[in-house]
Amino acid sequence: MSSHGLFAGTRTLLYKEMLRFWKVSFQTVAAPVLTAVLYLLIFGHVLEDHVKVYEDVGYTSFLIPGLVMMGVLQNAFANSSSSLIQSKITGNLVFLLVSPLSHWAWFTAYVGASVVRGVVVGAGVLAVTMWFAPLPLVEPAWVFAFAVVGAAMMGALGLLAGLWAEKFDQIAAFQNFIVMPMTFLSGVFYSVKSLPGFWQGVSHLNPFFYMIDGFRRGFFGASDVSPWTSLAVAGGGLVVVCALCLHLLRIGYKIRH
Amino acid sequence: MPAISFQNVSKTYTTAGRHVRALDGVSFDIEPGEFFGLLGPNGAGKTTLISILAGLSAASGGKVLVHGHDVVTDYAAARRSLGIVPQELVFDPFFSVRETLVIQSGYFGVRNNGAWIDELLAGLGLADKAHANMRQLSGGMKRRVLVAQALVHRPPVIVLDEPTAGVDVELRQTLWQFVARLNKEGHTVLLTTHYLEEAEALCGRIAMLKQGRIVALDRTTALLAGTASTMLRFKLDAPLPAALAARARVTGRIVQLKAHDAAEVEQVLAALRDAGLKPEDLEIGRADLEDVFLDIMQSESGGAR
Repeated sequence: MSSHGLFAGTRTLLYKEMLRFWKVSFQTVAAPVLTAVLYLLIFGHVLEDHVKVYEDVGYTSFLIPGLVMMGVLQNAFANSSSSLIQSKITGNLVFLLVSPLSHWAWFTAYVGASVVRGVVVGAGVLAVTMWFAPLPLVEPAWVFAFAVVGAAMMGALGLLAGLWAEKFDQIAAFQNFIVMPMTFLSGVFYSVKSLPGFWQGVSHLNPFFYMIDGFRRGFFGASDVSPWTSLAVAGGGLVVVCALCLHLLRIGYKIRH
Repeated sequence: MPAISFQNVSKTYTTAGRHVRALDGVSFDIEPGEFFGLLGPNGAGKTTLISILAGLSAASGGKVLVHGHDVVTDYAAARRSLGIVPQELVFDPFFSVRETLVIQSGYFGVRNNGAWIDELLAGLGLADKAHANMRQLSGGMKRRVLVAQALVHRPPVIVLDEPTAGVDVELRQTLWQFVARLNKEGHTVLLTTHYLEEAEALCGRIAMLKQGRIVALDRTTALLAGTASTMLRFKLDAPLPAALAARARVTGRIVQLKAHDAAEVEQVLAALRDAGLKPEDLEIGRADLEDVFLDIMQSESGGAR
């Protein structure tokens, strides 16, 4: 196959993965946007006058970037993990297994489609929630960088979960016991500076904290830690997860026997 | 250069603490343009061998080449030469028939493949289902799509792993006409099947697997010639005499008995007469592949021939 042909194969798998979630966009895009809006309405209503994180930033404004990033991260994970486990369980992964696509092609397409879904959901959440409170955009490059790095890391993590899992329960457990708590405890709804010292320390061990803090920096120009530190942690996490993912794909972990 | 070359292929694995040798030094070549049959009872290792060929499974030893390309070290070239029709009726419920074929084609780097996809759809009787979602298709139609998917990148070698298991007569006919045409056009075909009459009608050469080893490998005509040449078939309502029952194959009322020559036929008839039995629809015919197959599978030695 020519390099053009190889690229065509990767592009096809990327297109297929995007078409898959787009065909059920009511469930994969509209539903998470609605969930985020509900969070905003309820928490914003209850806490608007009680919590102040940064000067001149109301709680509802503070909440919006956190919810956007939560949408990006959770949906990027859901895309690759659910696609892979469905294909494994229904057996249609065989169509991909008999193809000449390399582990790089699998990785690029699955993670690429996850980034697209994460960013589409994030944009949807932003488009709907930005009308509820003033939202500046002080350093947009950070918004872009953390959205892409965060989505890629979660897409790759979803791919790992999809490779490892043998049934839907295991993906749900991964989502409910790891992804969800780590997102909720990362400062989506609060600044970790408001926590007691010990819990601040614990929060700093959570990589999701850095992704959300760095992402929020892009909007307000203020953050709990330096965005460069956050980018280093998120980028480091991305490299580790990607390396593991590529290795498992190359050896056909739990997909070739 | 052979289209497919299996070289001392072995596969062992452990399941439930038990060491299983699924394939044991399997070696044979399939030449370009052959219609080759791989037969064997359930668990003989046919699907394991196909899985290793397709890259779904790794061999424990030996190697497999497709048009000279190693299926492990040069997997991309090997897989581009192969079109695999899997045994399981699998499909992706998100897509229509045409989308499924366009996507599969793209995996192999083949784009703008509409004309060939149309030809496949027409040839397999799927033209009016092109825009139907895969979920809406009957089992037989899904099977046709599997065949179309395997052929969508125009592979020179086609592997069909029990493609007619559980499908109706009409589909079987359509499928064989289509595959026979492809074979005439120069495609190499490797077929595993449980329907021995299909293998006899279609395959020029046959290998038989038993417990992971090749126990027969020859031209179909030679295999048929090499066994007892005469079969006595009749219908009977009563039990056979013990001496005959021991060597007969009985399916309901139908009894089949091997006879090497006319004298042996006469002995069988005499035994039936002596027991007071009246066989109906008596016929004497040549042994078919099923007889050869059972002969080989039942033989204790199991040595290659």
